[in-house]
Amino acid sequence: MIEASFQLAYPDFSLDVDLRLPGKGVTALFGHSGCGKTTLLRCVAGLNHAPTGRLTVAGEIWQDEAQGIFLPTHKRPLGLVFQEASLFPHLSVRKNLEYGMKRSGNQAGEGFDASIALLGIRPLLERAPERLSGGERQRVAVARALLTRPRLLLMDEPLAALDLKRKLEILPYLEKLREELDIPVLYVSHAPDEVARLADHLVLLENGRAVASGPLMATLARADLPSTFADDDAGVVLETTVAAHETDGLTRLEFPGGQLYVSYRDKRPGSRLRCRIHASDVSLALAAHGDSSILNTLPATVRTVVPTQTPGHVLAQLALRDGTLLLARITERSRVSLGIAPGLSVVAQVKSVAILA
Amino acid sequence: MDTSSLAAIRLTLELASLVTALLLLVGTPIAWWLSRTRSRWKGPVGAVVALPLVLPPTVLGFYLLLFMGPHGPVGKITSSLGWGALPFSFTGLVVASVFYSLPFVVQPIQNAFEAVGERPLEVAASLRASPWDAFFSVALPLARPGFVTAAILGFAHTIGEFGVVLMIGGNIPGKTQVLSVQIYNHVEAMEYGQAHILAAGMVVFSFLVLLALYGRRQYKGWSR
Repeated sequence: MIEASFQLAYPDFSLDVDLRLPGKGVTALFGHSGCGKTTLLRCVAGLNHAPTGRLTVAGEIWQDEAQGIFLPTHKRPLGLVFQEASLFPHLSVRKNLEYGMKRSGNQAGEGFDASIALLGIRPLLERAPERLSGGERQRVAVARALLTRPRLLLMDEPLAALDLKRKLEILPYLEKLREELDIPVLYVSHAPDEVARLADHLVLLENGRAVASGPLMATLARADLPSTFADDDAGVVLETTVAAHETDGLTRLEFPGGQLYVSYRDKRPGSRLRCRIHASDVSLALAAHGDSSILNTLPATVRTVVPTQTPGHVLAQLALRDGTLLLARITERSRVSLGIAPGLSVVAQVKSVAILA
Repeated sequence: MDTSSLAAIRLTLELASLVTALLLLVGTPIAWWLSRTRSRWKGPVGAVVALPLVLPPTVLGFYLLLFMGPHGPVGKITSSLGWGALPFSFTGLVVASVFYSLPFVVQPIQNAFEAVGERPLEVAASLRASPWDAFFSVALPLARPGFVTAAILGFAHTIGEFGVVLMIGGNIPGKTQVLSVQIYNHVEAMEYGQAHILAAGMVVFSFLVLLALYGRRQYKGWSR
């Protein structure tokens, strides 16, 4: 469990948060640039000193202004990965890894083999950082942070400086990390897809305030979120299981609320797959039709309908048979003509499913 | 070459080596402070360090003479310690040269520290390096090109000084008679041949130093 409460004021920006975050899994700090997510991360790292603040990680006090406690960064057992490659250019990859190991009392190299295997950097060990690609550098930076055996891993937009190809190359490593790591990770990002793919817990920040904080799927399914994740980026994330590959080139995914057909995925039946369903890809019908080309239809009940920032459009929150939530963006005109209102039984037609892994 | 010229060359090299070593010791903390501080004293301190760039050497020499002379505040202390007055001694020359060449050492190091920036030190802190540790294990190695430039400039500039030496050290053979002063002596005595040897030697030396400096920069840049 991480309890973080910071209040600080700069001339043009102020941060005021009071958060309780899970002690395991990936917590995404999400928001547009200037929302304070990096400042919040730097406060946790001790790189910025909030004049009013309290921070405890797994029961240990890292900052408590009421008691006059403020651990400097180098006394906090944390790992930090910055946006741009931050390897020491005067040291080889191996020496970069050893830099933190030596200073954190990990001379024995506990976890060395596991970490470099996890991040696939064994062939890079003797190279100079300038001879690595951007993605390779970030993988080394993650390994270097892990080898200090941190109790908290902080990542400040680790993929933002990479092009799409490098991003796709490194994301699988981060996913493996999420599965194997037993320490909490704070992950700053402004990319909804990254958050949907990696996070377990979501904190939405706006103007230095946390406007929402909760489990990823439940939080994304909220219809009342402020602008950040709403509108164009509104959508839910589903955790599905690959059920079967069908003969006509489709793969069938199952989740407690039903099943979805997607184009063929090279994944063994039984493996898990995260999907994202955008609200704008979901339309509503009053009854199931056999005469539609839309394959994925899910019976649901309307829970709430709220206006969006786009004129003439509303956002409907639907519950599937098991309670799984879905968001649908429809026009106000359709809402009126179909009589969409809380409690109504509808059929959600899913036009497209974004596979996240 | 006559023996007094050889003695002058030896003395000059000794002086420049010692002064360069002292300058790196004194200049590094000043450069570090100037590159990090947000204090309102940054401007004034930076300006004071840069003063020798614009002041006539005679002005600097004049005040050092007053301060270090038997009746000056520094002179009184050195006298009471039994060291005697510093002017017209090798030690006095060293002290004066350190002041005179300070900006040539501080500025390249300060620029190098500024180019290193805050980030590598933050990374070091996140890897449990204390501020001192991070300074020696990260900031110094990354600022190395700046130190090489600073050492070369400090050394060469000390060799080339004349006005301050005359004011503070005079012209005592084997003690304060350095190369530039020796050239002056030769010219005064109409020994143009002797003057040529030393003067041309200085031209070649200075050219090689600057070639090393600029050639190196082109070759590797501020390697970061």
